[in-house]
Amino acid sequence: MKSLTRVLQQKKDNGNKLFIPYIMAGANGLERLAHEIEMLAESGASAIELGVPFSDPVADGPVIQLAGIHSRERGTTLKKIIAFLKEFNSPIPLILMGYFNSFLHYGLEGLVEDLSSTDVKGVIIPDLPYEHREMFLDPAKESDIAFIQLVTLTSSDERIDQLVSEAEGFIYAVTINGTTGINRDYQDNLYQHLQKITEKSPIPVLAGFGVSKPEHVQIFNNYCDGVIIGSCIVQSLAQNGIDETQELIETLFA
Amino acid sequence: MYQQPDNKGFYGEFGGQFVPETLMYAVKELTQTYEEAKKDPEFQETLDYYLKQYVGRETPLYYADNLTKHLGGAKIYLKREDLNHTGAHKINNAIGQVLLAKRMGKNKIVAETGAGQHGVATATAAALFGMECIIFMGEVDVKRQELNVFRMELLGAKVESVVSGSRTLKDAVNEALRYWVATVEDTHYVLGSALGPHPFPEIVRDFQSVIGTEAKQQYLEVEGKLPEVALACVGGGSNSIGLFYPFINDKDVRLIGVEAAGKGLDTEEHAASITKGDVGVLHGSKMHLLQDDDGQVLEAFSISAGLDYPGIGPEHSHLYTSGRAEYKTITDEEALEGFHLLSRTEGIIPALESSHAIAYAMKLAKEMSPEESILICLSGRGDKDVQQIKERMAQE
Ligand SMILES: Cc1ncc(COP(=O)(O)O)c(C=O)c1O
Repeated sequence: MKSLTRVLQQKKDNGNKLFIPYIMAGANGLERLAHEIEMLAESGASAIELGVPFSDPVADGPVIQLAGIHSRERGTTLKKIIAFLKEFNSPIPLILMGYFNSFLHYGLEGLVEDLSSTDVKGVIIPDLPYEHREMFLDPAKESDIAFIQLVTLTSSDERIDQLVSEAEGFIYAVTINGTTGINRDYQDNLYQHLQKITEKSPIPVLAGFGVSKPEHVQIFNNYCDGVIIGSCIVQSLAQNGIDETQELIETLFA
Repeated sequence: MYQQPDNKGFYGEFGGQFVPETLMYAVKELTQTYEEAKKDPEFQETLDYYLKQYVGRETPLYYADNLTKHLGGAKIYLKREDLNHTGAHKINNAIGQVLLAKRMGKNKIVAETGAGQHGVATATAAALFGMECIIFMGEVDVKRQELNVFRMELLGAKVESVVSGSRTLKDAVNEALRYWVATVEDTHYVLGSALGPHPFPEIVRDFQSVIGTEAKQQYLEVEGKLPEVALACVGGGSNSIGLFYPFINDKDVRLIGVEAAGKGLDTEEHAASITKGDVGVLHGSKMHLLQDDDGQVLEAFSISAGLDYPGIGPEHSHLYTSGRAEYKTITDEEALEGFHLLSRTEGIIPALESSHAIAYAMKLAKEMSPEESILICLSGRGDKDVQQIKERMAQE
């Protein structure tokens, strides 16, 4: 079992709800990233998703798109992110979230090797579907890096069985048909859907996309093992800074 | 025998289905629908009916005698896709895909467009079959193809101007994909070129193959043999793959795709994905891609909006790496020469996209003998471009 799966499962078994924030690496400068990660760990995060900026982020909404643009304008590259991570000791596991071309271009074997000397314990590649998973799984086989699977509202029952059966780390349960972003309306059948995934999955299930209010956190925590919060935190980090974002997180979980 | 793609949607190492999980069900649904439609004679009959009675097929194979004499060398034949309803080859695919949408019970259509030709074709097909239609188009293209934007609106489509990134075709595709992710349950994405996740490249190729299939038959009738060269411009690669595909097993026919070199291959302003790009993944597919050291997709550039895309259809990537097809480049300036030459010698004003193919033929014909011949796909007419050309000529 990969260490990310073990860490999250242990927290869950101890009766804790999980919280995984998403931030865009370098959106506010790579110098500030260490402080952002430390603040999130202090705020009770179980792990942190670090976004890798990409020119064509088709699964992302306006907030994360803009953060990606800012990050690239500040000269952030995957190489620089990895160089930073090699020097940095994270208090909690990190998860790299990026589009497949970034990783493919870096070289998948080199990526796995380089990440192995960092605290990155998982990757999320929204445009690498289950059908092509071996493209990452093969090079990552001997490593401690978990390949995190997304399950969506359009995944059929049969497919959910498939998706969860070999999953590592946690299941990323996408709560809407659409891109990341705040202020989303949820479909009526969502809760049933989440419950179904949680019942089928041997590893923790976290709900993400659009989670931005205390009510969302509460409801989702009833149906699965925790939440992923992205746009809301990304926006606050850009506009208000680190301390105010810490306060915002407190109100979300109050 | 050439048989591509494989059952996972790969052409050699290219292609595939690199899309978010939300869209997987849609691409699978489409794959299955297309497999069934392909075998259904009624679907084929309906498609043929509309292609004949509505689009105006078959299109002529025109022997360009004046141009041939002017260039001195190989005979030049033009496959007149410019004579299709709406003015370009794009309608072949739009009608086919809207019929597939109907078959899937979807009555909403989303599409992207660069030059506007695919947008107009899709808006046309949507109007014909009473479907709601939204078209994403980069802000830059909205400006340079004003006339086509107005046409789409007349046809009842909603045109969304895209202000992200380079504000051209690549960003229009991003927005169309985002929109599709949010509306996938009742909306079909009519992809406009031989791009995107499987099965799109195959579907577009098959619907556009009518170009090559007709041309081959027509060629045999007039020349009693096949052409030495089949030549077409390449943006995403739909008119070229449509021309090439029926000739792939005819090893003596050289297949040549012409990419846009924009302001020159030694500048950063071009759209030569095969010539200057390397392998990557964008918009659902593994293909040749213009990208930087960090794997960020670069903005493409061409005088012609329809060629202004940083990638190329996966089957072209495969035809290139396997050596079956060749890919050459033509600059903006050269394309303009082709544009003017065809207009004056033959009385045919070509699209700027097609002018790239004409311009390459101007170089190639001279090196060939009068017994040999070149088949060019004249993918569209130039009406949409005349305003842009007029402004450019006024500046000079
Ligand atoms: C007339 C014409 N030719 C060619 C193209 C390029 O597309 P493709 O490479 O898919 O044929 C376009 C695209 O808009 C077009 O309008």
